[in-house]
Amino acid sequence: MPSFVITEKCDGCKAQDKTACQYICPHDLMTLNREKMKAYNQEPEQCWECFNCVKICPQQAIEVRGYSDFVPLGSSTIPLRGTDSIMWTIKFRNGVLKRFKFPIRTTAEGSVDPYAGKPAPDFSTIKKPGYFTGPARSE
Amino acid sequence: MEKETCTFSFCKKPEVTEVETDLLIMGGGMAGCGAAFEACRWANEKGLKVVLVDKAATDRSGAVAMGLSAINTYVGENKCADYVKYVRNDLMGIIREDLVFDLGRHVDSSVQLFEEWGLPIWKKGDDGFSLDGFQARDAGKPSLKDGGVPVRSGKWQIMINGESYKVVVAEAAKKALQTNREKTGMAQNHFERVLIHSPLMDADGKHVAGAAGFSVRENKTYIFKARAIINACAGAVNCFRPRSVGEGMGRTWYPVFSAGSGYAFGMLAGAEMTLMENRFVPARFKDGYGPVGAWFLFFKAKATDSHGNDYCADKEYFDDAVARYGDYAKGLGTAIRNHLMMRAMRDGRGPILMQTPDAMAALGKAFKEKLGDKEGAKKMKHLEAEAWEDFLDMAIGQASLWAASNIEPDKSVSEIMPTEPYLLGSHAGCAGFWVSGPGDLPGTPEHYSWGYNRMSTVPGLFMAGDVVGASGHKFSSGSHAEGRIAAKAALAYILDHADYKPNPKKSADEVTAEMYLPFEMYEKYKTYSTDPTINPNYIGPKALQLRLQKIADEYFGGVATWYMTSKTMLEEGLRKLEMLKEDAGKMAAKDLHELLRCNENYHRILSVEAHARHILFREESRYPGYYYRGDHNKIDDTNWKCFTNSKYDAANNKWELKKVPYVQMYP
Repeated sequence: MPSFVITEKCDGCKAQDKTACQYICPHDLMTLNREKMKAYNQEPEQCWECFNCVKICPQQAIEVRGYSDFVPLGSSTIPLRGTDSIMWTIKFRNGVLKRFKFPIRTTAEGSVDPYAGKPAPDFSTIKKPGYFTGPARSE
Repeated sequence: MEKETCTFSFCKKPEVTEVETDLLIMGGGMAGCGAAFEACRWANEKGLKVVLVDKAATDRSGAVAMGLSAINTYVGENKCADYVKYVRNDLMGIIREDLVFDLGRHVDSSVQLFEEWGLPIWKKGDDGFSLDGFQARDAGKPSLKDGGVPVRSGKWQIMINGESYKVVVAEAAKKALQTNREKTGMAQNHFERVLIHSPLMDADGKHVAGAAGFSVRENKTYIFKARAIINACAGAVNCFRPRSVGEGMGRTWYPVFSAGSGYAFGMLAGAEMTLMENRFVPARFKDGYGPVGAWFLFFKAKATDSHGNDYCADKEYFDDAVARYGDYAKGLGTAIRNHLMMRAMRDGRGPILMQTPDAMAALGKAFKEKLGDKEGAKKMKHLEAEAWEDFLDMAIGQASLWAASNIEPDKSVSEIMPTEPYLLGSHAGCAGFWVSGPGDLPGTPEHYSWGYNRMSTVPGLFMAGDVVGASGHKFSSGSHAEGRIAAKAALAYILDHADYKPNPKKSADEVTAEMYLPFEMYEKYKTYSTDPTINPNYIGPKALQLRLQKIADEYFGGVATWYMTSKTMLEEGLRKLEMLKEDAGKMAAKDLHELLRCNENYHRILSVEAHARHILFREESRYPGYYYRGDHNKIDDTNWKCFTNSKYDAANNKWELKKVPYVQMYP
């Protein structure tokens, strides 16, 4: 299900050094046509349909169209990812509409403090089971 | 054929950046993030440097890039020895029990951290029904660490709201790396969009001294000199011709961007591999490759042939499986269930169907009986959302395929299908490197341990996640946990070898020329023909991949032959693969994106060669349902209940294969 970019909505992330979709695509698919200042998927047959470009696009300019080898036309799957939840709107080929909202995280974005409240590493245990956070269980 | 070299006569020489570090972590997936989190805490105390290199953006890299709807390894109330038993049964009797037990005793710590960092984990409500991560929090349910009861979909699995699973885990890793920058004064220790091309071996002929890579964003190469390395790269996907060969080629089950770079790196360093014949062929919802685990385990759905019959209970199939594969067949592990499904498909009893409406109806009935009509219907609605979330958290395209096909799971059945083969060591497969175990577990044989946990046979080269062999069923949490185990051991190694200074044998210029050869090739020859895509002087990345997929599919037991191969088939395929490997010396790339693809596909070729050579060496069919040796279509415990280990000598293009004894450590 390759991603595609809606011409009217894409603003090329306003000529930053890279677009949001380029930044996030795990497979280096999204790229920017610098002449047109529009992003596009340069290798649609390598798209995993992870929707990360769709979720991150500040203009909501990216959608996904079913893989041409097996997906019938006429449906859509649209995410709207917020700071703590994601909303999905799924339209069936026959018009049935489903909407779901799921939690995505219980903490504020950027609030993780990895070592707060954790013990200092004890170097006498570095060759023993367990982590700096504590010993391993025994069974 | 004449060998081509890059002298930068045609393409521009890139800027070369040298980075010196104590520990280098390759790969920013779950294992890499675990390694960074653990390593930085130890390293910070001693002023040691930690660098992580990721070919993508760590927020969304690796197998969890899309998210997950479950964590498949949380030991919790169970026993680690039972975890060993479960993994051994599913991987047909041959695993490194020390590694698996060690994983089991560590993994819960990582899961509890994920929850602390913000991953919503389902909890059991007072009424016995499930609460999602928010409902559980709002109901004041304690965290796992404080005795909270997760919702188990199976004995080892727990349900999560995992759309942002990787984002949360990456945040902790990135913050950890930041603390290390602050302690050591390094300007940068997190490199995104850099593909590691190859290992840099030390001039001493023994150690791994670093890694060479290139940016996929700018004309820049990197020489990372490191005193120890953790290889935390992914398995290998899109090596075999996939069932969908158009746009759907990208809709692989495991991530399409898993390119076998971790396997290739270790092989080129001369690290010993084990069980590279193992592969995983998951049965998944057809075409969309959506997960079936929750449907089987959580919704209690049944898979049948198209007439509603349970093919696993077919007497003829089952008796034949027992005759060939002995007691292993009776365990009905993943491989055997696949095997029985394939028998039914080959007999024309397909399509194989997941009976979702029956499962939903049974659950709906139970809800109404327990809660009354109104509350029961409400619970049912919640359950429907859970079923969709299972897809939307980890295989969104499957949800889209259902919508496009007008499939509502309470009304229509869905087809399931075995996929093309995948090479991996962290999910339900165990292809990877032979690593040292922890060494402290009672009954550990001598050949399982050589000092540093998760270190390969190459001094200083550690492994974690997909590339660790003989220790599958780690999944996302186990990979994170294993990254942490490897990191701690690698730090111990670095401290023990304080005098070691990495001294790569190959110069930066030499390896940069190797990395940029595909650019040189393209620039040198591109004008010879009017269309640069058809040119007799070089091979582009797509052609490389298609040739590899055709060979693997047709000769090494892909879907084309219903996973069947043999000595003669393997030998013919290997002859063709040898030529492809030679032709990889003529790869051409027109831009950085193609340079990435050329090198990824070279890594895939090496991974597949290891796979085929191992299948050829093991003269039995240890993994029916994944592949068959038609000339040895049985399990032969007398001769083959052992590890099969190999070593690739890259300089001389020679392979050594041998048997290594398996030792049962747990009942």
